[in-house]
Amino acid sequence: MAAVESSTKVVLGGRRGGPDVTTLRQDRWWIQPVVTVSVLTAFVIYSTWAAFQNKNYYAGSVHRDLISPFYSPCLANSCVAGSAHGFILHNWNLSPALIILIFPLGFRLTCYYYRRSYYRAFWWSPPACAVADAHATYSGETRFPLIMQNMHRYFFYAGVVFNVILTYDALRALRQPGQGWGVTVGTLVLFANAILLWMYSISCHACRHLFGGHVKSFKKHPIRYWFWKVMTPLNAKHMNFAWTSLIFVALTDVYVRLVASGALTDYKLF
Amino acid sequence: MANVTMRVWRGDAGGGDFESYTLEQNEGEVVLDVIHRIQATDAPDLACRWNCKAGKCGSCSAEINGKPSLMCMTRVDELPEGPITVAPMRTFPIIRDLVTDVSFNYAMAAKVPALLPPPMPEGGYTMFQEDVARGQEFRKCIECFLCQDVCHVIRDHEDNKAHYAGPRFFIRYAELEMHPLDTNDRRDLVREEMGLGYCNITKCCTEVCPEHIKITDNAIIPLKERVVDAQYDPVAWLGRKIRRRTKRSADEAAVQPAP
Repeated sequence: MAAVESSTKVVLGGRRGGPDVTTLRQDRWWIQPVVTVSVLTAFVIYSTWAAFQNKNYYAGSVHRDLISPFYSPCLANSCVAGSAHGFILHNWNLSPALIILIFPLGFRLTCYYYRRSYYRAFWWSPPACAVADAHATYSGETRFPLIMQNMHRYFFYAGVVFNVILTYDALRALRQPGQGWGVTVGTLVLFANAILLWMYSISCHACRHLFGGHVKSFKKHPIRYWFWKVMTPLNAKHMNFAWTSLIFVALTDVYVRLVASGALTDYKLF
Repeated sequence: MANVTMRVWRGDAGGGDFESYTLEQNEGEVVLDVIHRIQATDAPDLACRWNCKAGKCGSCSAEINGKPSLMCMTRVDELPEGPITVAPMRTFPIIRDLVTDVSFNYAMAAKVPALLPPPMPEGGYTMFQEDVARGQEFRKCIECFLCQDVCHVIRDHEDNKAHYAGPRFFIRYAELEMHPLDTNDRRDLVREEMGLGYCNITKCCTEVCPEHIKITDNAIIPLKERVVDAQYDPVAWLGRKIRRRTKRSADEAAVQPAP
């Protein structure tokens, strides 16, 4: 680099102060990684189990049109009657969930908030602030595969498509075949799920950048500035939306599964 | 009042250890007050940096009970009961006791290509309030270097200091990149030579910042997204080609060093 003079050269080495220990922290810094590992592991185990079930994901024949978010849009040849949105992959005979879960999974895996969480909790790089990194060498996100984290915005686009479909599913859950329109507990569950997923997407860092953050002058781009102003406070709550939407999407699948299997009645509210 | 026991790191490049000092605890004291009383009574040769005692000069950075903090802003009565551990910043070479050599940061500061405005228009430059306000958050930095200290990229991997600017300078790069009058493009520079890709968003810099600057959310991630625009987004690349916009290279940006 032409501008770097010898006087500004970084000098490496030199003995550091303090004892050579993992950390001097005395608080319970390990609680946060333990909670993160517990919740994310539970979600991965449940979603994997649910994805391979390939049944009880749609309650449409006698109930409201309720479909699990893990299976929507239902694109496989094996989709039960009424659950498909039109387009079908005729050669796909495995669980329909396996076609689509890669997109929401990719969106969360490359999410800036989740990166913070799983780098700390699973990779211990570092496990907590001012606690020593568990690895001898470190290249961050400069090499494959972690350099692929830069593709986050494309998973964001895919996530928005899924949000539109899940919102459509919630609207469809207002309908009960043969009995007209109304609202059940299942309808509210699907709406709440769609709203939380929208909030998670809108509060995304890539979304804030794409809608307004990338400009140099807000004065010259008043509409982008408006988007940026609206999204910035939501962005500050991105962690909250990340956890609530993750947990609620699993609970939505549980609810639809219970209704579809006949274990639970989807009560009509009005 | 009860007594307070301080375990203070004493030593230099030749080695060191914690030494304990027990003093009477006074109401409302901060850790720096107790360190000063130790200097005044038990250990007049105890070295520490300080200046304003108001959290604005950024001199008295240390690690209190293992957490990077300003000594002047950490109240003794808000710490858990038991001995209080005070150690120097771990990331930088020690000079003596609580004083470290932070010249790494000055070397990185000198590498930041300065603001490069377009030629002065008739009537002078005009800045608007919404654009001023955006960068104002980053100007609150007091250069305490706690963010640099806690960043595991250089805290735990000394070799990365050769190619990693650190959070303090990423907010400087972000501020310049967001400046409406700046014509330098530092995106290749921060990716290729300042190591933006080494940051894995663990947000420790934000957690320790005494000025509560949202370093990760408002500076590092927007900077990463700008690098994605320039380097990893084929749609943005196509857009630049169609609109015939070209980027300045890292070398071109670097020929405008900070004064």
